[in-house]
Amino acid sequence: MEIYTLLREFADSWMLLALFAFFVGVVVWVFRPGSSKTYRDTADIPFRHDDKPATDKEART
Amino acid sequence: MSNTLKLIALGLIALFSAMAMNYARDTAYLVHATIILLVSGGLFLFTLRRTGEPMPANPQNEYFDSVVRAGVIATVFWGVVGFLVGTFIAFQLAFPQLNFEWLNGHGNFGRMRPLHTSAVIFAFGGNALIATSFFVVQRTSAARLWGGNLAWFVFWGYQLFIVLAATGYLLGATQSREYAEPEWHVDLWLTIVWVAYLAVFLGTIMKRKEPHIYVANWFYLSFIVTVAMLHVVNNISIPISIWGSRSVQVMSGVQDAMTQWWYGHNAVGFFLTAGFLGMMYYFIPKQAERPVFSYKLSIIHFWALIFIYIWAGPHHLHYTALPDWATTLGMVFSIALWMPSWGGMINGLMTLSGAWDKLRTDPVIRMMVISVGFYGMSTFEGPMMSIRSVNSLSHYTDWTIGHVHSGALGWNGMITFGALYFLVPVLWKRERLYSLQMVSWHFWLATIGIVLYAASMWVTGIMEGLMWREVDANGFLVNSFADTVAAKHPMYVVRGLGGVMYLTGGLIMAYNLWMTVKRAPAKESLATVVPAE
Repeated sequence: MEIYTLLREFADSWMLLALFAFFVGVVVWVFRPGSSKTYRDTADIPFRHDDKPATDKEART
Repeated sequence: MSNTLKLIALGLIALFSAMAMNYARDTAYLVHATIILLVSGGLFLFTLRRTGEPMPANPQNEYFDSVVRAGVIATVFWGVVGFLVGTFIAFQLAFPQLNFEWLNGHGNFGRMRPLHTSAVIFAFGGNALIATSFFVVQRTSAARLWGGNLAWFVFWGYQLFIVLAATGYLLGATQSREYAEPEWHVDLWLTIVWVAYLAVFLGTIMKRKEPHIYVANWFYLSFIVTVAMLHVVNNISIPISIWGSRSVQVMSGVQDAMTQWWYGHNAVGFFLTAGFLGMMYYFIPKQAERPVFSYKLSIIHFWALIFIYIWAGPHHLHYTALPDWATTLGMVFSIALWMPSWGGMINGLMTLSGAWDKLRTDPVIRMMVISVGFYGMSTFEGPMMSIRSVNSLSHYTDWTIGHVHSGALGWNGMITFGALYFLVPVLWKRERLYSLQMVSWHFWLATIGIVLYAASMWVTGIMEGLMWREVDANGFLVNSFADTVAAKHPMYVVRGLGGVMYLTGGLIMAYNLWMTVKRAPAKESLATVVPAE
């Protein structure tokens, strides 16, 4: 099989499926239980550490 | 030790560029070799004089803001230059006498147009992206920029790229690929700078003190990574001589065209959209003083946008040798882009819910909101124009130029102005802007300028599209090309006036920001005075 046909067939099938599954997975992951609380904290990141970097003590994990 | 290596490298570069000057096969290459000789020679002396001196420390408990300040200045400067060149070439189209005889070969429309597009996209937009990304990634990672002075290399290296590209265009060094005009030696330099940029950005993210990577950084990172990929693939070419600026593309025919528009459309998608969305996701929440409307939506927005955008390029090649399935694919993905684009727009606009009154009092947030509005408008128009039957009317007409400018002036320009108005008081530690009234003037001048621009281009674009396809009862074309050119004159004048208004707004901004640094009251700081970096 020539390489174009091979790549084309792969892109049309398994790669398409993989990308689509990844995307659906992201959407599902975003709505996982407990995510609202996490994201509320994340959305506040711009309002912390305006003036100087966090010290090691302040670092959040 | 590192200075010794630097001196050796700079010496070798200076020697090589001196040889390049001697052997240069064309003027553009000669000028570029001269510029590089001067820069590397100057840097050699600069480094030599500092060798053995104590090095200023990089305090890890402070943000690296001096490079951001420089980026803000460069953004304003290149912005005004780019708008000025754009306005001039708009009048060149309306009044061809402005293609002066004495400037022929350097200052005529064909040479000036890539100067304008690169100046506004890469010099104005690129500097805005680099400066804001350095600002945002530090604040949202709670960490100083990684890599010490590497950020300065990125900044100055990028300015050198701009100067090389601009002088090359005027002297005729171009590979004739839209938005990728610079020749091979300039492309190589940009690749080096871009890898350094990626390293600084990623390094900062890796040493972040927040567990989560804020969404703005996702957008910035996708912009940096994708632009690197696009730039390398679209510029695969073989130089004819190492002593000349000409090169030959490796791909040919429709493959070459497809590569170019894969690049071209994703330059819009990742340079002008993803990067600027990074700005939107940081500066709108900051200016509105409330977190983004929906963080979940922002994640879906990100993945949907980057998964779909990358396929939309073939819609630039309807009715060409490109197979129908490919153009249909591009068209379908362009239409699918409506969803993430409008999702992002809603997310940006709704961030203001509960704070809509700020629109009345704060012209800066007004600027940001109208930029998101223009984003929504041009991302509606774009997919519509990518539909094959619409494209058969709009393609090659001024409608395309109008569409690009409603996105570039409206979305990219306005969000950048908003970010600049936010950044200057913060970076120079001023209490407020010099004059909010001037911001209002800028806002209205720019908005009316865009409306004049876009409206006149809709009229002239659709008119010339209809004139081109008009046939008489016997099936002969009714209009010659020159007829359409003559019919477009009034709209071209209106477009030029829109450009004048936009440029005036830009000048007012430059003055306002200058006076903010000079005159506005300094911010009272609780901490002791921070030493200058």
